[in-house]
Amino acid sequence: MSNVPNELKYAKSHEWVRLSGDTATVGITDHAQHELTDIVFVELPAIGRTVKAGEACAVVESVKTASDIYSPVSGEISEVNQAVVDKPELVNTDPHGNGWFYKIKLTQPDEINSLLSSADYTKQIQG
Amino acid sequence: MKRTPLFSAHQKLGARLIDFGGWEMPVQYTSIVDEHLAVRKAAGVFDISHMGELTVSGPAAVSFLNHLFTNDASKLAIGQGQYTLMCNENGGVVDDLYVYRIAKEFFLLIVNASGVDVDAAWISKELEKFPHRNEIQFADGSDNYAAVAVQGPKVKEFITQVISGKSVGGTTVNSVTELNKNEIGIFRFENENVFAARTGYTGEDGFEIIGLNAAIQKIWDKLLEAGKPFGCVPAGLGARDTLRTEVCYPLYGHELDENTTPVEAGVGFFVALDKGNFVGREILAAQKANGVSKKCIAFKMTDKSAPPRPHYPIWIDGAKIGEAVSGTQSPSLGIGIGMGYVPTEFSKADTKIEIEIRGKRAPAVIVKKPIYRKG
Repeated sequence: MSNVPNELKYAKSHEWVRLSGDTATVGITDHAQHELTDIVFVELPAIGRTVKAGEACAVVESVKTASDIYSPVSGEISEVNQAVVDKPELVNTDPHGNGWFYKIKLTQPDEINSLLSSADYTKQIQG
Repeated sequence: MKRTPLFSAHQKLGARLIDFGGWEMPVQYTSIVDEHLAVRKAAGVFDISHMGELTVSGPAAVSFLNHLFTNDASKLAIGQGQYTLMCNENGGVVDDLYVYRIAKEFFLLIVNASGVDVDAAWISKELEKFPHRNEIQFADGSDNYAAVAVQGPKVKEFITQVISGKSVGGTTVNSVTELNKNEIGIFRFENENVFAARTGYTGEDGFEIIGLNAAIQKIWDKLLEAGKPFGCVPAGLGARDTLRTEVCYPLYGHELDENTTPVEAGVGFFVALDKGNFVGREILAAQKANGVSKKCIAFKMTDKSAPPRPHYPIWIDGAKIGEAVSGTQSPSLGIGIGMGYVPTEFSKADTKIEIEIRGKRAPAVIVKKPIYRKG
């Protein structure tokens, strides 16, 4: 059973968002890391890059496959987590914590409202 | 999609299932890395029932097999097996397979899942033209037979709990553990005969067990039960692929295809030119004598990078010279590894190359096969 923390918002494409003021932290969900298993490589966007919601901006590779990670929100990348680049297994062991991917300064804060609640995301992954 | 007789066992174990050449097969049960390392350190059991079982028998069987395949079947004693390849007239590989001599005039062929229909059609067509066709019986038993591979250094410590007693056919042994590499025996399992061969596709010691569907279902359960105290786990196709890539065993559709010859693929050792004529011999003999223009090389990434994957371009000195055909993160070595084709002039070990990964080039080096060596 996947962990779906209440305080986070979710994208259908299995990223989570933690909002703090005008900045959001983004990572992939516990369900996603479990589906991928054995994450061996993470490629993050450059700081300062502007991305649109739904744009592919990171890559996570398991032993078997490479998967694009889509930004759940639009904005400018303000910080990336070097720790997951150095230790990709953090995404498996702590997906909602130390396994975060990047922070993004929101340019369309309303987009947050169209993301899924933990209840809705739970329904999606159980469906 | 087709399912093996072990399908419900995979579901019960919570396997993640994928489409593998039209078969719904387990890619992993828990994690490819964990299953891979279990096979290297202890043991793993694989469902290989999707592979095909063909039989060729009769007084002219040896000469027919020697016409069809590159290796010399006449060298097989009863109870011995050999890796061999079936080529077209251009020397391109139709399939690679294992041939076992079960009795003087009875041979069991284990072929790739994707090859069963192609091979059966190819062999039937060759048989129609073969002078001694009346002295040969050819049959496809793939629907009736299932198979498991049990692989790893601990296997010999528990296999006799499942396959016990002396052989009743093939190689004569008092115990399955007395089989040497590439030997096959027939053993009694409950009231059935099963084949057990000391072969595999992982680079580890182990056995492949072939039998009727119902027997293999029981053997699967028993192997997992007997192996559990030794660290034996069910292992999926994901680990099977990383294990074989580390030891550079070719996989049809990757290192081998109908436009690639065994000599180019680096398995020319299994082409016996001295046995007389066979399909593809002319070109293979010329390649062995004069060399080949491309070669299958193994490589290792030299820095931390995304894992290489099939079809990633290979570069040298700023020029694109080839393409990867296999690639993965090596669970044993913790670095990206792969195989690919490059022009022969660039194929020497220690040659520095680059692998293009999503538009960026990452440094790698050509290494001697196998990439991973035990110990």
